[in-house]
Amino acid sequence: MPETLLDVRGLVIEATSYPPGEPPKDVTLVHGVSFTLEKGKVLGLIGESGAGKSTIGLSSMAYGRGGVRITGGEVWLNGRDILKGGAGGLRALRGKEVTYVAQSAAAAFNPAKPLMEQVIETTLARGMMGRAEAEARAVDLFRQLGLPNPETIGKRFPHQVSGGQLQRVMTAMALCPKPDLVIFDEPTTALDVTTQIDVLAAIKRAIHETGVGALYITHDLAVVAQVSDHIMVLRHGKTVEYGTCQQIIEAPQEDYTRALVSVRSIDHAEKNPDVAPVLSVQNVTARYKGTHFDVLKNVTVDLPPGQTLAIVGESGSGKSTLARVITGLLPAAQGRITFDGRDLSPDLSGRSRNDLRELQMIYQMADVAMNPRQTVETIIGRPLEFYFGLRGAEKRKRVQELLDQIEMGKGFADRYPAELSGGQKQRVCIARALAAKPKLIICDEVTSALDPLVADGILKLLLELQAQEGVAYLFITHDLATVRAIADRIAVMFKGKVQRYGPKSDVLAPPFDDYTDLLLSSVPEMKLGWLEQVLDHRKMEGAGN
Amino acid sequence: MTRLPLAALIGLVFTGAYFAAALLAPWIAPYGMAEIVGDSWEPSSSQFWLGTDSIGRDLMSRMIWGGRTTIFIATCATLLSFGMGSILGFFAAVKGGWVDQVLSRLVDLMMSIPSLISALVVLSVMPVTIPVLILVMGILDSTRVFRLARAVAVDIAVMDYVEAARLRGEKQGWIIFREILPNALSPLVAEMGLRFIFAVLFISTLSFLGLGVQPPMADWGGIVKENKEGIVYGIPAALIPAFAIATLAISVNLVADWVLNRTSSLKGGRGA
Amino acid sequence: MVHPVIKLVAQRIALGLLLLLAASVLIFVGTQILPGDVAQSILGQSATPETLANLRQELGLNEPALTRYFSWLGGVLHGDLGNALTNGQPIAPALGKRLLNTLFLAACAAVIAVPLAIILGLVSVRYRNRWPDKLISAVTLATISVPEFLLGYIVIFFLAVQYRLLPSLSTVYDGMGFGDRLYAIGLPVIVLVLAVLGHMMRMTRAAILNVMQSAYIETAELKGLRPFAIIARHALPNAVAPVVNVVMINLAYLVVGVVVVEVVFVYPGMGQYLVDHVSKRDVPVVQACGLVFAGVYIGLNLIADLVSILANPRLRHPK
Repeated sequence: MPETLLDVRGLVIEATSYPPGEPPKDVTLVHGVSFTLEKGKVLGLIGESGAGKSTIGLSSMAYGRGGVRITGGEVWLNGRDILKGGAGGLRALRGKEVTYVAQSAAAAFNPAKPLMEQVIETTLARGMMGRAEAEARAVDLFRQLGLPNPETIGKRFPHQVSGGQLQRVMTAMALCPKPDLVIFDEPTTALDVTTQIDVLAAIKRAIHETGVGALYITHDLAVVAQVSDHIMVLRHGKTVEYGTCQQIIEAPQEDYTRALVSVRSIDHAEKNPDVAPVLSVQNVTARYKGTHFDVLKNVTVDLPPGQTLAIVGESGSGKSTLARVITGLLPAAQGRITFDGRDLSPDLSGRSRNDLRELQMIYQMADVAMNPRQTVETIIGRPLEFYFGLRGAEKRKRVQELLDQIEMGKGFADRYPAELSGGQKQRVCIARALAAKPKLIICDEVTSALDPLVADGILKLLLELQAQEGVAYLFITHDLATVRAIADRIAVMFKGKVQRYGPKSDVLAPPFDDYTDLLLSSVPEMKLGWLEQVLDHRKMEGAGN
Repeated sequence: MTRLPLAALIGLVFTGAYFAAALLAPWIAPYGMAEIVGDSWEPSSSQFWLGTDSIGRDLMSRMIWGGRTTIFIATCATLLSFGMGSILGFFAAVKGGWVDQVLSRLVDLMMSIPSLISALVVLSVMPVTIPVLILVMGILDSTRVFRLARAVAVDIAVMDYVEAARLRGEKQGWIIFREILPNALSPLVAEMGLRFIFAVLFISTLSFLGLGVQPPMADWGGIVKENKEGIVYGIPAALIPAFAIATLAISVNLVADWVLNRTSSLKGGRGA
Repeated sequence: MVHPVIKLVAQRIALGLLLLLAASVLIFVGTQILPGDVAQSILGQSATPETLANLRQELGLNEPALTRYFSWLGGVLHGDLGNALTNGQPIAPALGKRLLNTLFLAACAAVIAVPLAIILGLVSVRYRNRWPDKLISAVTLATISVPEFLLGYIVIFFLAVQYRLLPSLSTVYDGMGFGDRLYAIGLPVIVLVLAVLGHMMRMTRAAILNVMQSAYIETAELKGLRPFAIIARHALPNAVAPVVNVVMINLAYLVVGVVVVEVVFVYPGMGQYLVDHVSKRDVPVVQACGLVFAGVYIGLNLIADLVSILANPRLRHPK
């Protein structure tokens, strides 16, 4: 019989919320969740934001962030209820039996201390090893996790190390005191996709080799499918489905799980490319004021009317800069941009009102893209008034039509942005862009701040609107699944250059250049064993060269 | 509208009472400002509620008239510092470039000398009259408003919704008054309360040093100066303005806090 | 290659000196080119054209302003602050003695106020939003809201007159014993401490809270470290710079508070000297005092900035 490491029974977690202008009230975050974890196994906790997955993860260290407190249930670790251990008992347990890997290692490391000090701190504080032995173990772990210069990296300070490396150092820090259980709280979410796969592989290998048990928390089912033995799907603090990894991925029972598994599998047929382009970017080079470094180098792309061009790249690829150049916020140093057959002035101030109207933009963070002191009606109504001179009842009627088009219906016109959900905010931003009757909308990472199901809804809406209105999208994203779902043609960007460009079917089909291959193969797929396949494949190619 | 918190209510009542007393001084003060009506330092009585001062003027009347002077000067100086500071601050933030550089460095320089010292230096050559006092205090204090207004406006100016307005083709006026100003208002209004308190303390200090409001005009700092000798004989007349200044300062503070909380929590929350 | 920290420190010191120079211009301009002519304001209503002309000649007011500024600045750099108009005596020796008195008073206040503010700040953080925090916050709000001179009379009224614990006038003279000196300045020290304590404690509280709420403190807690180890090893190294910054800014504030407190307690320091000569419109003395105050103020702010630079790990250990 396998040994039980962690046994959580009927966990209830509450927090006090302080709504502005109202008395504080208690809200329940987790409603009676139960699960068990065997020694050396990995349980994936998955859900959207607000599902309570991090809260549950931290409860296995009996820790609550802010005003969060465990009000019911039992948490048994290694055969004792840690909720009854008292402060001293908890201290003995934290950092020794259970350790934690945070989402943002950059913030979780003390900026004033070298990494090694922090990695071996618990081991030394508990008198588990001498300094030399602890440092040797840390160096071993650094090597195991594939960190460069494992001998010396410990002497560096957190800000001297890249994000992906820091995440691995944090994993080493968690493994150093030889814990029984490690909680990984979205350890790869903040990383670029090509870095994510390396860190993910390193974590998986380390878990395997040290035989530690783990809770792996993430919102990305494809990621968790690669590392866990069991998966628990959570929503609004309740268990939706709990089973083996294989069962959840291959035979989900609940609708919600099925939706998560099939997320971003929107099927979008590619449109005919042989039309005169609405937007044409020719040999554009750009740099920021006061710098001598070209962030865009000789970029050339075309976008036919009513179609979608996806600009794909990782952080620093220049994809957002391209949007700023097209909108005229950052005038290009060289090159030319034509729009609907006419030359566009490189500078915003040189463009006509009609140019501005026909080229709209939607932002990543809908929160800050809307003036918090304007109502939805003002926000959507302003372009109607500004471009078409609509006023009064006429304007209100059109605003309502637009609200209907974005599937929000009545009762939203008088609300303020703070009173909307994340998905609703993004829909209002779409309506504002649509109000101008544009020929082209630039979408800058419009779904990356949203939960997968909400993001899916937005993508579907955008496709429908494209079919109705014939508007073209320039879609900037780092997420290849989104690209597959929406694009007609694709430009892959890397370090300011267009690495690969053409119709979707060509770009996503071999033979690939090295970078596109790396990028495409790094996107987690919703199937078991994907990580090993990719790594084996890469190893073979490496050996072949 | 949510209900008024107790602290804000207390603040509003006291602030309102002081301003009302200042406005209505000619009708509610029992005696004239400089009228000698009794012996020096008479204790409080039904005739003189707070007693009399060093030369036999009714202290209650002096306090009311003095409050009028103090609040008048402080209000004018605040309005001046606020008008100047916030307009220049917004201007610097929206314009950027060398305009911003020149204004910001000038303000840095002015703030490198403590305002009291600057005021003393200037007052050593200027005639000490009420307009000069207001001007000196207003200009010196406008540096702080400038910094805040500029910082707030710079923060807002980089928001996506301001960029969206620019991309829409909106004019500078719309961007400043419709996009930036409504979002800058609550920190600025709260700051206005603090600037007002600072002005009250500042003018009181100057008058106490003999470099502010000149006798026979009354103001709270001056009343302390006139009655300070009494302290040594155990006559607390000089402490009454202390009480007035402290309660005015605290109540304005409470109001400012409430304004800041109310406006920033309700509709202003940037995606709370 | 020069270490970036050294470069930054050198830049900041140079900026401080430049600021001091600019402040001297500002002080000079403030007293010389404003509408009130110095000679006119010294002589007041009784001025006749001849006396005015004579005085202007005597003060060198007929020279261009630029020449006067540079001769004044040249004198200052050689330690010659000019002569007082009121008694014709050189300013430097008189000012030097008073500066020492002022620094002694300010230092005594700082020795009490700084540790007290930090301890109260720590207590506030430890009992955040509980009664000790609220009590400290309410009391300090009250002391902040009362100007220094009123605090002065309040403590005189109670401590000197009602209970006769300390003298109400801070008379000091040459050759006075150290203990007597401390006794004499007891009340002004109390007032100065009360005046800066509120700000210093509140800013300390905010600085420490900011550190305590950071993610690396959570990491330390999840490592199961003892509260003492968390504070000593993780909070303190990061809190030192902001707290020193707070202290320096408040010491600069304290130096200004000294001006008023000296007048209240008739203490023979720089502040009283300055205020006296402002009333007498003795411009050279006012300029000299203004420059010294500005120098101390700029110097303390400079130290605050240098500490921030030196304590920043990103700057100390560049990539």
